[in-house]
Amino acid sequence: MTTGQDWRGVAAEEVDELPERVGILLRARSRRLLRSLLRPYKRGLWVAAALVLAQNAATMAGPWLIGVGIDTGIPALVDGDWTPLLLVVGALLSCAAADGVLRTVFLIRAGRIGQAVLLDLRRRVFDHVQRLSPAFHERYTSGKVIARLTSDVDALNDLLDEGLDGLVTALLSVVSIGVVLVLLDLPLALVVLATFGPLWLLARWFRRRSYAAYRRTREANSSLIVQFVESLAGIRAVQAFRREPRNAAIFAELNQDVRQANATSFRLLALFVPGVAILGTLATVIVLFYGGHRVLDGDLKVGVLTAFLLYLRRFFDPLQDIAMFYNSFQSASAALEKLSGVLEERSELAEPADPTPLPAARGDVAFRAVRFGYRDSVVLPRLDLAVPAGQTVALVGATGAGKTTIARLLARFYDPRSGQVTLDGVDLRQLPDADLRRAVVLVTQENFLFSGSVADNIAFGRPGASRAEVVAAARAIGADEFIQALPEGYDTDVRKRGGRLSAGQRQLVAFARAFLADPAVLILDEATSSLDVPSERLVQRALRTILAERTSLIIAHRLSTVEIADRVLVLEAGRIVEDGTPAELVGGEGRFAGLHRAWRDSLV
Amino acid sequence: MSGDQRSAYRSLWRLRSYARPYRALFAVMTVAALASELAPAAIPLIAQRVVDDAIATGDRGALLPLAGLALALGVLEALAVMVRRWVMTHSALGVEADVRQDLYGHLQRLPIAFHDRWQTGQLLSRATDDLGTVRQFIGFGLVFLVVNTTVCVVVGVLLAFSYWPLALFVLAATVPLVVAVRRFELRYSRVARRAQDLTGELTTNVEEAAGGIRTITSFGRQHLVLHRYLAEARRLRDAQLVKIRVLAYFWALLEVVPQLVLTVVTLGGAIAVANGALSLGGLVAFVSLLLLLQWPVASLGWLLASAQEAETAAERIYEVLDTEAAVTDRPDVRPLAAGTGRLRLEGVGFRYPGTDRDVLHGIDLDIAPGETVALVGATGSGKTTLTALIPRLYDVTAGRVTLDGVDVRDVALAELRRAVATAFEEPTLFSVSARENLTLGRPDATDAEVAEALRVAQAEFVHDLPWGLDTRLGEQGLTLSGGQRQRLALARAVLGRPRVLVLDDPLSALDIHTEALVERALRDILRDTTALVVAHRASTVLLADRVALLAGGTLVAVGTHSELLAGVPAYRDLLAQESDLEEVAP
Repeated sequence: MTTGQDWRGVAAEEVDELPERVGILLRARSRRLLRSLLRPYKRGLWVAAALVLAQNAATMAGPWLIGVGIDTGIPALVDGDWTPLLLVVGALLSCAAADGVLRTVFLIRAGRIGQAVLLDLRRRVFDHVQRLSPAFHERYTSGKVIARLTSDVDALNDLLDEGLDGLVTALLSVVSIGVVLVLLDLPLALVVLATFGPLWLLARWFRRRSYAAYRRTREANSSLIVQFVESLAGIRAVQAFRREPRNAAIFAELNQDVRQANATSFRLLALFVPGVAILGTLATVIVLFYGGHRVLDGDLKVGVLTAFLLYLRRFFDPLQDIAMFYNSFQSASAALEKLSGVLEERSELAEPADPTPLPAARGDVAFRAVRFGYRDSVVLPRLDLAVPAGQTVALVGATGAGKTTIARLLARFYDPRSGQVTLDGVDLRQLPDADLRRAVVLVTQENFLFSGSVADNIAFGRPGASRAEVVAAARAIGADEFIQALPEGYDTDVRKRGGRLSAGQRQLVAFARAFLADPAVLILDEATSSLDVPSERLVQRALRTILAERTSLIIAHRLSTVEIADRVLVLEAGRIVEDGTPAELVGGEGRFAGLHRAWRDSLV
Repeated sequence: MSGDQRSAYRSLWRLRSYARPYRALFAVMTVAALASELAPAAIPLIAQRVVDDAIATGDRGALLPLAGLALALGVLEALAVMVRRWVMTHSALGVEADVRQDLYGHLQRLPIAFHDRWQTGQLLSRATDDLGTVRQFIGFGLVFLVVNTTVCVVVGVLLAFSYWPLALFVLAATVPLVVAVRRFELRYSRVARRAQDLTGELTTNVEEAAGGIRTITSFGRQHLVLHRYLAEARRLRDAQLVKIRVLAYFWALLEVVPQLVLTVVTLGGAIAVANGALSLGGLVAFVSLLLLLQWPVASLGWLLASAQEAETAAERIYEVLDTEAAVTDRPDVRPLAAGTGRLRLEGVGFRYPGTDRDVLHGIDLDIAPGETVALVGATGSGKTTLTALIPRLYDVTAGRVTLDGVDVRDVALAELRRAVATAFEEPTLFSVSARENLTLGRPDATDAEVAEALRVAQAEFVHDLPWGLDTRLGEQGLTLSGGQRQRLALARAVLGRPRVLVLDDPLSALDIHTEALVERALRDILRDTTALVVAHRASTVLLADRVALLAGGTLVAVGTHSELLAGVPAYRDLLAQESDLEEVAP
């Protein structure tokens, strides 16, 4: 069953095909990233390279020493002289010991560097991703973030694993043996050097094709991960609506994409590596034939030709190692390109270069001529609003009137297109992130709980809070009772016990978390929607004390929440159409009065 | 799980059923690998002949065929390499794709209770990292393990023929190697497993940070979360370093032992030659043969490492595949009786697996065809759990649920879930097109059906999205408001007119105006659809014909809204807001 790609839907941000010029820029960017990752370990890498060389010397010495043993040791032994043989044996033993020690030290050192680089890369990407705006995450999706931080990072791991020892030995062999070849016999060496032309062409072909192939691999992988993650995250809906077969069909397609992409790059390698080998064989055969003739002509000594042939093998074998390394490098480059892409992503909510610190905000909030919209729509044409410190403001209005947008702007999830949002007179864009987040907290319906205990989740509002403070916060908003009733009370693991907190209970935990954070400005966006009436009543009672000395913005469809507000704003199409105390508005003849009547009627 | 069983490569061996369709290809790969190992060995022999025969005898004519032979061998080697790699793209990648598809399919079938327990990150790392490890092993490691073992045996036999006393010594030298291999396998499988588990943990960590980004941003807790992630990443690094160390010592041993053997052979051989027990040529031949063993023995290091890693990876994969889908079709499924949706709960009880407390017990409820019953109860009283029992997201642990007289566990899952549609309290949206989000399991839904569902749920805003129904909704549809998302979830549930509707607080995020519209539209549907509606508000309760009050894990009262309001104080406390309101109102 083919599904086509219709299910993906259309979004504005997609750029699939890249022009060649951009491709070059991207490659340069990913190389820059690799260099900057390796820079701190330059010395370590040199040491590791030296270790490989030393170890290789120790290994190579073996056959030579045996030759010496046979040539000089045996005749001496026949004469009854053990010395040369024992010397050789001693040298062989020390070579073996050196080999073992150097190998171990190298592997451990190189491993340490590789792991340090990976850790550094993980830290960079994770830290950066977290600082990007909610708008970025909405567009990018968590599955892709996961793909970047798992399978793309692993591609670099492969390079580091594959790499260093093979590459160093190979490069050294190629260079030194190349020199030896030239010294042995120039015409024959020229024959060998002539293969470098086709070799270069082959490498160029491979580079171009494999780069494209690995890019595809990365993309296919990340689509697969997105599908995997999303279908498991939404498994309830998947099963309840029998989406399994449809999902399986989509997954099969993505899975085949990954397989195809991998197959393409493997096939390229399947041509490239033997290609290099064939060139080596060609050179050998020509040398054999041409050299043989020259020996017969008396231009060349037999010994030279023999030596040349033996060295030639050692010249082309390492070239294959280099080819393999190059392949891992190409794969890692494609991954690094994706990673550097994320790293280059500038947060639309960048920290100011020259921030205005606001360590203890009072909570004066103002929107000045704020204009905002998503994509090409305009949600808030021009909003002017001043909320003095300590005031509790309720936002009321139909879906799409812009309530949530106002909440998000105040929490600086987005920046206004024009105008400014200020806290204590300071533009939010001028505030250091830490100060802003300490002062302003947004609680939404989406009550994300992190793995860990209930207490940990509440303490998320103020890391380092004592158990007593956590319990006090829970008690203040009326969550203590249900938490105590959990199997392990505050220590109950919210994930392991399987999302078993109900939506309402999660809202209570989120409330306690916000309460513990103790911000100057608290924004509640539909934060009580899943509570039953008594719980909501408890929360409201708590809110009256909690909100007394802080600025707050409350969005709730239930007007009962609105009644604890000092001031009600009725929004329509992004404009404030009514503004007053609840009593004033209820008593008046405006929209709110109408809404209120409708709501009273609905209560029965 | 003892180490002994692990070292037996049990889980890897189980994967053979996946390899079977490709077995001819695996044979080709092995032969090709063998050829590409042996062909180069012949090249020095040819060079030898060139020098000895052609040049020594001055026979120019012999040069060409010898060069041709060298060329042929070179081409053969290259071809063998190409064939092996090319074939691998079919075989190993094929196995990988097949296992992954099965794993995904299986995960989708596993019950919600499984997914409650397992984090997506751990599962993802099994479907990607672990499977990749397995693929690498069966694509490369396995083939070379076979080839190198063959080379070792062949060379060993040749050694025995060439000079048996020394060969005996070489054989004896393998004893410490075998011991080392056993020890290595035990230790390495432990550390490899640990590194894989930590990789899964780290993935889970990433998954959480990505999913909770809005909460993290709102509280400005990036540092805290980064700190946790790095702690986990360092644990993984440390585990990897332990792994590297174990491998490094083993590998060094594999390099050193052959060298030591070589040394002793040189010594012994020299003595033998001096005594005339062995010819010089014989010694040279023996040593040359021995040198052939160097690479196959040294490569055992990474080959066995990759085998162990593949084994532990396969083990992790089978941990998932072996989990049985507890909620599944019974062997003797019955078709759903034609009916209009009589839903009965008879003595229903439920307890989450691994706990010792009933969440629900002794629930009896009879919902007549077309009737709507509201389910009311305090936060955390088990309302959502109860609704999940009807489409069998969980199976009851006591009593039974019947639909039109048939126990829901006797009905095929697909059929049951076609008959019962749920609108969840938290609308799950996927980052696919709006249409796909609506139709989910019914890709064949017609445009008219979709339009009708959107109308009923008052979700016609979808038509105003930039690309209408084709617009890709962002992850979790976050650019939509809570009310919009809820209406999409509602539209999804009513699409195709199911026999039974389960609505979990379907109006909680709607503003008064929309709520009234949705309510009106819902009434039409609920008039002739059996429905169970979780309600927190009186306004939602009013959609229902009767109300069931859930408290202490069981139904304590069933009746009409006004009956309960009049006769059940607990109900009044839960729903009546007036008293409190008067007190709050200024």
